[in-house]
Amino acid sequence: MSFEAVIGLEVHAQLLTRSKLFCGCATAFGASPNVHTCEVCLGMPGALPVLNREAVTLAVRAALALDCTVHERSQWARKNYFYPDLPKGYQISQFDRPLATHGHLDLEVEGSARTIDILRIHMEEDAGKNVHDDVLAGSRSYVDFNRGGVPLIEIVGAPQIRSGAEAAAYMRELRRTLRFLDVCDGNLEEGSLRCDANVSIRKVGATTLGTRTELKNINSFRFVAAAIDFEIHRQIAVVEAGDAVVQETRLWDAQAKVTRAMRSKEEAHDYRYFPDPDLPDLVLTAAAIHSARATLPELPAAKKERFVDALGLTAYDAALLTEEPELCRFFEAAVAGHKNAKGIANWILNELLREARGQPLAALKLTPESLAELVRLIDDGTISGKIAKDLFAELVTAGGAPAALVKERGLAQLVDTAGIEATVDAVLAANAGSVAAYRAGKTNILGFLVGQVMKASGGKANPKIVNEVLRRRLG
Amino acid sequence: MTALCDLSLTALSRALARGEHESSAATEACLARAADTKGLGAYLLIDAEGARRQAAAADLRCRAGQRLGPLDGVPLALKDIFLTAGLKTTCGSRILEDFVAPYDATVVRRLKDAGAVVLGKLSMDEFAMGSSNEHCAFGPAKNPWDPTRVPGGSSGGSAVAVASGSAFAALGTDTGGSIRQPAALCGVVGLKPTYGRVSRYGVIAFASSLDQVGPITKDVSDCALLLETIAGHDPKDSTSAPVLAASATEGLEAGVKGLKLGVPKEYFVAGIDPEVRTAVERAIATYAGLGADIVEVSLPHTEYAIATYYLIATAEASSNLARYDGVRFGLRRDPGRGVRDMYLQTRARGFGPEVKRRIVLGTYVLSAGYYEAYYDRAQKVRTLIRRDFAAAFAKADLLVTPTSPTPAFRLGARLADPLQMYLADIFTVGCNLAGIPGLSLPCGFANDGMPIGLQLLGPAWSEATLTRAGRAYEREHDWSRRRPPLARP
Ligand SMILES: [Zn+2]
Repeated sequence: MSFEAVIGLEVHAQLLTRSKLFCGCATAFGASPNVHTCEVCLGMPGALPVLNREAVTLAVRAALALDCTVHERSQWARKNYFYPDLPKGYQISQFDRPLATHGHLDLEVEGSARTIDILRIHMEEDAGKNVHDDVLAGSRSYVDFNRGGVPLIEIVGAPQIRSGAEAAAYMRELRRTLRFLDVCDGNLEEGSLRCDANVSIRKVGATTLGTRTELKNINSFRFVAAAIDFEIHRQIAVVEAGDAVVQETRLWDAQAKVTRAMRSKEEAHDYRYFPDPDLPDLVLTAAAIHSARATLPELPAAKKERFVDALGLTAYDAALLTEEPELCRFFEAAVAGHKNAKGIANWILNELLREARGQPLAALKLTPESLAELVRLIDDGTISGKIAKDLFAELVTAGGAPAALVKERGLAQLVDTAGIEATVDAVLAANAGSVAAYRAGKTNILGFLVGQVMKASGGKANPKIVNEVLRRRLG
Repeated sequence: MTALCDLSLTALSRALARGEHESSAATEACLARAADTKGLGAYLLIDAEGARRQAAAADLRCRAGQRLGPLDGVPLALKDIFLTAGLKTTCGSRILEDFVAPYDATVVRRLKDAGAVVLGKLSMDEFAMGSSNEHCAFGPAKNPWDPTRVPGGSSGGSAVAVASGSAFAALGTDTGGSIRQPAALCGVVGLKPTYGRVSRYGVIAFASSLDQVGPITKDVSDCALLLETIAGHDPKDSTSAPVLAASATEGLEAGVKGLKLGVPKEYFVAGIDPEVRTAVERAIATYAGLGADIVEVSLPHTEYAIATYYLIATAEASSNLARYDGVRFGLRRDPGRGVRDMYLQTRARGFGPEVKRRIVLGTYVLSAGYYEAYYDRAQKVRTLIRRDFAAAFAKADLLVTPTSPTPAFRLGARLADPLQMYLADIFTVGCNLAGIPGLSLPCGFANDGMPIGLQLLGPAWSEATLTRAGRAYEREHDWSRRRPPLARP
């Protein structure tokens, strides 16, 4: 019997705002517990929420980039449940009138194009974090509310994904899109991007859905495919053994590489959603939505196409350059300074990534402008590739303006033939044996002699001229 | 001779401005009266030291010719639902018995900025849930006209303090009549402003879409004066409206000639006490005599108002009161068997029976399978009630009704029957459901000496018309100037 999997992903993305969704507290990650809190995000008596419009701007941008219909009127709702990390006893979210619906995400899975529909995008506030550290807490638990009230969007994808690989591709494409939009930093480990997966299986050809499980705690990109594929195979094994899949929430255990059922009691929730009476409807004018659409930045897929069509890059290089917004921005800024896109792409993909050794590009001293200048100096013959490579290493660690450094240190190529002739003569005189060997027919020794001349010139001699002079002298 | 604390707020304010009295003396008079009337249970907390300090500062400003305004140096008190930085704020509940507020409510800040002296915190039904002040966890407050009777609720302590002269005015909150009904039962003036007129920030929420802050005062002029200080847009409350409503103090004396007063026929039916009915009908006749046009109007969905109100209010309350979980503040009872037990024990010990009843009711109303039948339907009826009022205000400028169907009832008389208690709000809840303003003012006394209240309702933002009409009536009678016999020890 053969089965197919039906997978729908619910992705929570933390919006890159400076302050929380309903108060002025900072959203910064990594502060001491409960530093970024106030009466509002602690749910103190009498405190009331005030919407952060910056969060709405980012949510709308994400929704439009995913080709959603953004609604002119959406509604805040309270999701009621008791949990120590939920200060008010309810989460402010959106329920039956979400911000946006009916979008889609286009992706490429193993070379072929796929489109996954986005059912809805809604905004909500994050909860705090329970701390059960035994060393810190003894037998007690503590709660850190720094994250409580941080703005999130939940992006609910249609159950159209069929495999772990597709799910991973969907997550990667979504992450790339949100990062290029400056909407979310996409960090799964820190929880700024979170993925829950609804997984079910059915016989191939069946049109009804099987019983689904909800998979949580997939907190690394490496686990998306592994967790889902494990769950698919687990469900197939359950059905083949003649049992029924139980509807439940399961957690991915990254150590054991298995999914485990959560206690079912914890999920028997009736959230009693109702419109939040403390907040008016979220109203966006058609004009505001239109102008947000008009000012959407270029998305990575479009950039990739343009890099190939207009800048002449290979599809492979274009894909690499549109993976990370930081790298892409560096590339585009450098190309703005010097039009040799292929040359700049080569320097970035070969030299820069190696020199960066995983550090963020912003931490390097090399700016896109100085890379552009360096490539221009090569292209107009001012410096040799060898000099350029030496200079590049220095620019990465110490910075500086390439043209000025070349001038200051006299690194420009020697193109004056008389000077090169004198150096060649001196090298030939010092290497009589090699000269003799060449003349006896061992012409491949020419390379060695070129190297000697370059060395004697401190790498500055133009290699083309050196070759010509040597051949003439030896000829 | 009238004691200093029996002056109206307006009269005291003028005397302070002219240097005839000092804030410190007025404050001492209130504190003394509060001590004399301790048995009425108006105050849950008296901040004598803080009040004396604020009064001394006000006197200094006054002597230096730097008086901040009409409220500078006026001793006021607050229902214990308003957060007051550094002072206990209990909301009448065990669960907040030791809760010291970390910040000032916006209205408290406004009063302090205006120089008002805050005497203390006033008794109330727990979480504002009640119509008799008997649901206060710290004991009932008593009606100064007859201490065997209830003062009304939930702002019972506020009405008692103002009626008995232990504060020149008080702030209350009104979710279904909690300002107007105790004002009526204690013979003072109470105003529930238009929803959105006064900030709810720092006011402990009962039912967010219905709650509104308002003044309880000795007369209508005081009411207009206090409203002007507390009203206005607050960026911290997203439901507070950025509306510039007409001033309630200007034109206060302009009278009601030509004003159309509507009498809703559904408010004069069975269940209304005959003495209340007679007093209200006389008041209507007084208005006619003053040149107002009296017209009959209809509010056809009135019979559904109580049910609608209790569905919506309890639904919102069940969610608003979820934050009292023992985790971050307030009472915590933790038997050490995990968080679930901590919740159960904390809330079982912390909340009183009426609060529990409403949380259970509200939770049920919002539950899967019942939401459409109860909450959703209640919202639809709420819309119909709003339309009823809109239609009535197309015919009349204001509506005239009784505030409460009966004068103050005896302590304990309705405790065993919540439904009977809920009917005390029958004429007041419509105003909250529609979000419109309502004013209650004294319109006479029953044969047993208990005060009777007249209610004026107006369209949104019509507070200036309400107080003008209230003032016109007040000038014709001395009801507002009568003071209860003091319950001295
Ligand atoms: Zn905060």
